[in-house]
Amino acid sequence: MTDAPDHRPTMAGITIVDRMAQAMPVLLVPILLVLGFLAIGNPSSWLTLTVSGLAMGMMIFIMASGLTLVFGLMDVINFGHGAFISVGAFVGISVVLGLSQWAQAPSLVLNLCVVLLAVLAAMVVTGLLGWAFERVIVKPVYGAHLKQILVTVGGLIVIEQLIHVIWGPDEIFFARPETLKGAVTFWGAALEKYRLLAVAIGLVLFIAMRMVFRRTKIGLIVRAGVENGEMVEALGYRLRLVFVGVFIAGSALAGLGGVMWGLYQEVITAGMGEEMMILVFIVVIIGGLGSVEGAFIGALMVGLLQNYIAFLEPKLALISNIGLMTAILMWRPQGMKPVVKAK
Amino acid sequence: MSDPILRLEGVHTDIAQYHILQGVDLEVPRGAVTMLLGRNGVGKTTTLRTAIGHWGTRAGRILFDGEDVTATKTADRARMGIGYVPEDMGIFSDLTVEENMTLAAVSGPLVPARRDWIFGAFPPLRTFWKSPAGTLSGGQKQMLSIARAMAEERRLYLIDEPTKGLAPAIVSTMAGALRELKTQGASILLVEQNFAVAKALGDHAAVMDDGRIVWTGPMSELATDAGLQERLMGLSMEAT
Ligand SMILES: Nc1ncnc2c1ncn2[C@@H]1O[C@H](COP(=O)(O)OP(=O)(O)OP(=O)(O)O)[C@@H](O)[C@H]1O
Ligand SMILES: [Mg+2]
Repeated sequence: MTDAPDHRPTMAGITIVDRMAQAMPVLLVPILLVLGFLAIGNPSSWLTLTVSGLAMGMMIFIMASGLTLVFGLMDVINFGHGAFISVGAFVGISVVLGLSQWAQAPSLVLNLCVVLLAVLAAMVVTGLLGWAFERVIVKPVYGAHLKQILVTVGGLIVIEQLIHVIWGPDEIFFARPETLKGAVTFWGAALEKYRLLAVAIGLVLFIAMRMVFRRTKIGLIVRAGVENGEMVEALGYRLRLVFVGVFIAGSALAGLGGVMWGLYQEVITAGMGEEMMILVFIVVIIGGLGSVEGAFIGALMVGLLQNYIAFLEPKLALISNIGLMTAILMWRPQGMKPVVKAK
Repeated sequence: MSDPILRLEGVHTDIAQYHILQGVDLEVPRGAVTMLLGRNGVGKTTTLRTAIGHWGTRAGRILFDGEDVTATKTADRARMGIGYVPEDMGIFSDLTVEENMTLAAVSGPLVPARRDWIFGAFPPLRTFWKSPAGTLSGGQKQMLSIARAMAEERRLYLIDEPTKGLAPAIVSTMAGALRELKTQGASILLVEQNFAVAKALGDHAAVMDDGRIVWTGPMSELATDAGLQERLMGLSMEAT
């Protein structure tokens, strides 16, 4: 009679070192906050920079979350994602300009209504655009990375040109809704109202996404699919459909990020999405391809570091993110929250 | 065997440029355990993967419960009532044991009675219900993989080497659970290298070599004929 080879399965248990290593990425943001505080020295400057960094980080996260899932689920590299950011911004800002009476009224309710409508319009349009993009451009090149890069860059260029056709060749300057202008003073620090709003939206969205991923079946399917899509199918779920849904949601989020970024900069250009893609890719890579939580942590770090460095050593600001990416990848070549891949 | 639950007719499967299955003819009768045996690399896993739809076929037909599913997508085959336990277990390590089981119950929430039955068969799953599946030991992961297939009643179970690399005590836990499935009248296609387990569980046997089925018959006949084993699989019970 043959017995199985005698290796003894151990009881599950993870050591303290493992636990620390797991918690480390989450601790990086507080560590960065403290280091920033020590380096800047002045509490009110630090607070201003921190809010600004968090706001920027949240917006980058919103843009990056869809991209990381699209990659995680189907191994699709989508450079066209940047186009959704730009289109979202143009659609959203068109709404803001169209409702300029509401936007200029000194009423917080009306102003927030404008922002809400702008966001909804942007997300609907970019969601639909994402759906078409997936069907027409991405679907024929599943499984072929080089073709994906070429064809999605092509899609990006075409959509950017379409923006020029529809909205004209020039950048559009505009003012934020009335009550979102200016700053509140807190603890001696000037905190821009809009940045506080951006932080709030980003946080709410992140928490909502976490709930979806932890509590709903579709969330479980997405998490499981990132790790082992084949097994998800063998259980009876059509991964393609899930992927299309995620692609649409990710595109809509890119659109949301675009409106928020546009409102932040008070100017929009057709190339703004493409410019943001550099930061978005950095965040997706250091977070770990396919990891939403990793992207969140990565985005906050990028936002904070960029603001701190710009204050402390402006000359270094340009390379701070590349430096961060290099450091993280030397520490964890798969990113901070590497996704276990079945194959 | 007039009405098998699964029938492969002259199935050819390519993996990349390799011609792996070269005309597999296989019948899996209802309410019995069919062992799929053979040396390493002869195509047992490929046969199971072809049956669930992970590999497409180049030629031949796959009939599940009389229905031609050759062109049916994996997810739809699974929903028709196939429980699949892959060779690599296919555990979602980032998800908890509970979440793995939630996903496995495709047609609705996991029925509590079913869950308790699974806990009875695999007690560690109760202990680690809320733990990430990635922290389980190899044996516990294998239990989870089988438990997922058992999360709902299936018309057919495809199980690939459930005792691979496990300690003897765990091997008998696995065998016990499979025997219980069997007594409930399940139809099972089981790949198993542990001949003692194969002999104890199998009703029928099909032996593969080089991408084809080269022998089929009652498991008892194979189990008692050392010469046949030697010829088909290069091993005999006595020798191992
Ligand atoms: N992904 C793949 N790419 C290329 N060849 C493959 C792949 N998977 C399997 N093969 C080849 O197909 C043949 C059959 O493999 P298969 O895994 O079906 O064998 P098996 O009978 O299950 O073996 P074992 O007992 O070792 O599990 C082998 O020669 C193997 O090398
Ligand atoms: Mg195998």
